[in-house]
Amino acid sequence: MTTVAPADAPADAPAARPRRTGVLRQSGTVAWRQLVQIKHSPETLLEVGIQPVMFVFMFAFVLAGAMAGSRHAYLQFAVPGLIVQSTVLITARTAIGLNTDVTKGLFDRLRSLPISRTAPLIGRIAADFVMLLWSIALLLGFSILLSFRVTTHWYQLAPMLLLVWVFSFSLSWAAILAGLKASSPENVQALAFGIMLPLTFLSDSFVVAKTMPGWLQAIVKVNPVTMLADSIRGMLVGGPVAEPVTKTLIACAVLLVAFVPLTLRAYHRER
Amino acid sequence: MTYAIQATGLSKRYGETVALHSVDLEVPAGTVLGLLGPNGAGKTTAVRILATLAGPDGGEARVLGHDVVKEAGRVRELIGLTGQFAAIDELLSGVENLMFIGRLLGLSRAESRRVAVDLLERFGLAEAADRSAKTYSGGMRRRLDLAACLVGAPKVIFLDEPTTGLDPNARDQLWEIIRGEVARGVTILLTTQYLEEADQLADDIVVIDRGSVVAQGTPQTLKQEVGRPTLLVRPVDSARLDRVADIVTEVAGEHTRDERFVKTRVNDTGILPAVVRRLDDAGIEVAELSIREPSLDEVFKQLTTENPESTKKVTTP
Repeated sequence: MTTVAPADAPADAPAARPRRTGVLRQSGTVAWRQLVQIKHSPETLLEVGIQPVMFVFMFAFVLAGAMAGSRHAYLQFAVPGLIVQSTVLITARTAIGLNTDVTKGLFDRLRSLPISRTAPLIGRIAADFVMLLWSIALLLGFSILLSFRVTTHWYQLAPMLLLVWVFSFSLSWAAILAGLKASSPENVQALAFGIMLPLTFLSDSFVVAKTMPGWLQAIVKVNPVTMLADSIRGMLVGGPVAEPVTKTLIACAVLLVAFVPLTLRAYHRER
Repeated sequence: MTYAIQATGLSKRYGETVALHSVDLEVPAGTVLGLLGPNGAGKTTAVRILATLAGPDGGEARVLGHDVVKEAGRVRELIGLTGQFAAIDELLSGVENLMFIGRLLGLSRAESRRVAVDLLERFGLAEAADRSAKTYSGGMRRRLDLAACLVGAPKVIFLDEPTTGLDPNARDQLWEIIRGEVARGVTILLTTQYLEEADQLADDIVVIDRGSVVAQGTPQTLKQEVGRPTLLVRPVDSARLDRVADIVTEVAGEHTRDERFVKTRVNDTGILPAVVRRLDDAGIEVAELSIREPSLDEVFKQLTTENPESTKKVTTP
């Protein structure tokens, strides 16, 4: 039997000039790339997960007795705060990752391609949200193991995640600005910890504001982290929801108004 | 002649510093232009403008007929860029790095994989295709970077110092790949600080220094026009060097000497027979008499240090 082998396409045939594709697919590709990174360094998952787990552990066993008398009581208070902390720290990752691309020149390569200019940003924000979901899942799972309970309804997790996402998206713009401007990923890291950690501690995430001096209470009250922590508390363990959620959304709007124009200007300005 | 790249009067300043001062460039389709200059001469700025990453403050540039500012999107469809640093994702494998670009450009998963595998094969990276790029050597990174810039089958590619920091072996491999792309009809604008690289790869050379073009031409014409050949005379008896120097000065107007040679710049090839005749008349036996072509290195040094416009305040970041 004889078969006629199909003529192989010449190996050096130039690739067909690709079609233009939509910003969504391009963003999806950017997000895909970041998730493939995890395949090659699974320790990233651990890295992102270890922080919340360590905090839950320390809070449950080190602080709980002094803070609230019992492990359960303190976790009920502090876990919503830890969710906010995770959110803020993942946003710092956005800045560090972006800065790595900028300083390595990959960012310039992307800018020289016929693709949407915002796709690299949207893709990164999307991928980092997946990381955020992972870190929240880990945090909640571990907390539940240590006696944290959602006392409202499980379905409250959905609006909570939505609110967390809105907050993370709004804060991302500040992070992206830092990522674009900083001269090295190490600088971003230092900046992130210099700003983000105080931001989470100068709030009622882990301690009721009433115990703090008056001037500090004033700061705590206007800290968006407080607003988000209060919202999550209301949603997961009971308490007012409408008011803190409204405040959180206003804070997000302020962040967006302040940083989107600044960040886009820095983004489109050539370096 | 059709030009793949045409720029006129390109100017760019960053604050107080002038990075480019009215630079004209013309690159015929299918040729290689070597943009040669020392560090900070403005080479990268020129590439960034042509590759649509930066806008010029003055002048205009076209790539395959499209304005780099007004039709930046169209230009991006036609070009490939490799910057000074290998722009690859170190956490991804070679094949994933290329698929990433292919998918961004709208290729399907299967197509992007096919293009990636083909390119890796061609660039001698097939064996390392599935390895994380962080395990790659400097030369392999550069090749992967170049492959990434070719995924979209660009017609014009910009290579910004493609071999800086590579060992001679890796450099030769990269040169081979670049020659291969030229053979396919791709137009290349290459910046380099290495004369040898420009001499090896470029059809034309533009020398820039402190933001301005100081010379241009083929490697051959540059050597001829800028650096003049040198006449060297070595008498058998070095005691007669003084007399030889006098003769050379009488004929050529100037001389320099060391303990063995009398040298002079050759402005007019007619001086050679004149010198020979006079030496013969004087009865001086000559051990060696030769004309040495200038090396590109000398040309380059001469151009970038004796820039007549150096009084102008032009520096680059």
